[in-house]
Amino acid sequence: MDWFFNFPSMERNDLREFKKSVDFTFTDFTRSYGADIEGFFEPLLMFLVWFEKFFINTPWPLIILMILVFAWFGSRSISVLVGTLISFLTIGYFGMWEDTMSTLAIILVATFLCISIGIPMGIAMARSNKIQALVVPILDIMQTIPSFVYLIPVVMLLGIGKVPGLIAVCIYAIPPIVRLTNLGIRLVDKDVLEASDSFGANYWQKLFGVQMPLALPTIFAGVNQTIMMALAMVVIASMIGVKGLGLPVLRAISNQYLALGLMNGLAIVVLAIIFDRVTQKFGLRMQKYRNDGKD
Amino acid sequence: MSKNDILIKVNQLYKIFGDNSNEALNLVKGGMGKDELLEKCNCVLGLNKINLDIRKAKIQVVMGLSGSGKSTLIRHLNRLIEPTSGEILVNDQDILSLSQKELIQFRQNNMSMVFQKFALFPHKTVLQNVGYGLAIQNIPMSEWNERAKKWINRVGLDGYETYYPGQLSGGMQQRVGLARALATDAEILLMDEAFSALDPLIRSEMQNILLDLQNELHKTIIFITHDLDEALKIGDRIAILRDGTMVQDSDPQKIIMQPADDYVSDFIKDINRARVIQAKSIMTPTNSKSTGPVVQENMVLEDILQIMSESPSKPVTIEDTKGKITGKIEMANLIEGMKRPKSQGTNITG
Repeated sequence: MDWFFNFPSMERNDLREFKKSVDFTFTDFTRSYGADIEGFFEPLLMFLVWFEKFFINTPWPLIILMILVFAWFGSRSISVLVGTLISFLTIGYFGMWEDTMSTLAIILVATFLCISIGIPMGIAMARSNKIQALVVPILDIMQTIPSFVYLIPVVMLLGIGKVPGLIAVCIYAIPPIVRLTNLGIRLVDKDVLEASDSFGANYWQKLFGVQMPLALPTIFAGVNQTIMMALAMVVIASMIGVKGLGLPVLRAISNQYLALGLMNGLAIVVLAIIFDRVTQKFGLRMQKYRNDGKD
Repeated sequence: MSKNDILIKVNQLYKIFGDNSNEALNLVKGGMGKDELLEKCNCVLGLNKINLDIRKAKIQVVMGLSGSGKSTLIRHLNRLIEPTSGEILVNDQDILSLSQKELIQFRQNNMSMVFQKFALFPHKTVLQNVGYGLAIQNIPMSEWNERAKKWINRVGLDGYETYYPGQLSGGMQQRVGLARALATDAEILLMDEAFSALDPLIRSEMQNILLDLQNELHKTIIFITHDLDEALKIGDRIAILRDGTMVQDSDPQKIIMQPADDYVSDFIKDINRARVIQAKSIMTPTNSKSTGPVVQENMVLEDILQIMSESPSKPVTIEDTKGKITGKIEMANLIEGMKRPKSQGTNITG
């Protein structure tokens, strides 16, 4: 009855061999292809570095002006504008300007990357049920797997640095945009699609003329979620060498610096709130036609 | 009726929804009915051996209760639904043999559609909606703008070009739908319960707009409805569907005077016969002039009654549109014509 009380598990030696072989296979893979993969991501690194430098080297009043223009374009709301101005002035005053700019740079690049991969993926999913059935479980894994777990292979492949950090952020942040693009397109009214068909629209005309515009508010909710999740990854990404607001937080954790952790943490929150308000207001404005003067 | 008058010919059309439709098709051809098929094969019989000739430049009404397959039938004509078996000829061309590319061409140039729930693009303005069929043909913007404006004007929506559909009332939205369908200058217009979602007054207004337009444009219109009054008002011919089967396809007058079966008589029992039956349906054919006044053969009984009431004993003379005498009507004919056929109950209504 031993098997009843103790789970009949693999022999300890076999298990160790199994793990070893997985590790060796991956190490071999890293040795042979690591350089190529790194080369593949080289342009991304250049882009990120250039972007970060741009944010840090541009005089702060210009940056604030740019951010305000962006906030106004997105939200058309004075209160959001004033809030943004006060937040950035406070962040700068408390000496977190440079870190904030680094974080801003990686968040923007990560969002850009997620959108440019995620939206086409969502479109493909909406087009074919098979692709959907294939991608959904992968997205589930990406969202639930502890982020430290995929940091291991990423670091093994690419080492410590900005690119692995960026990839880690993207793995975590891309699922919402993919899911919501898919959902948004699938939710487009069948009657309207039928009308489009009856006039002889082809697939691309339907996609860009009808489905995407009508799905845009949903897709935008996905962009919003992606930005929020990217921000949430900032601290973890700092563990593998990404500069920014996450690094001081990490230092604060290991040294129990309450004020440092709190200040930088709050700066991340402030960024999140600004992004959220601006993108949400923008999303609402895009669907204004929906609730205008309906009787 | 010469062969050239027929623009669309539907031959032996079957549609079965569900898996195993080929097996089910054989059962249906062997005479299995809708309910039995659903039970045995888990397939829904959509259309059962439909034959229909649609005449050029006429309004063909297809009528039936919900679930009778009328919306399914109309969607076969532009292949929004693919048939299980059968043949659809438009201008002698088999549209089921069209490739995807040809089908798109065909839809762009030959047919356009008006929908029950309007199906306007909510994110496009009225102008963009009306011009949609043209814009996707890659017609330059200045040209489709102009053509769309012409149709917006034609349906009486001047000044609403920049509005979104959500800002318009139901009647106005369907005018946009109508203008959108007309803007492509397609010869065939499919109207799927186009006016059913509108309230009675607006519906009647839209019917008049459609008839006005038809007088001028002479489109071939396939009009789906479940409303007999509407069918009688606008139809040049009426086909009646029941459970996917064609029950009767004939002249509207014939539907009223000689209903094919109980289902059709049930359909027509509540109509105001005096207002729809025309002189030619009840007259006694003759070519000699009678003592009473002369009336046109398409005058309805109600109006003839008005004329005859002045001198009830004199039969009226009936002439056709060219002024040739074709028959006469006496008071007794009039009463007989207004009476409902015997089998349909004898209650006298006020």
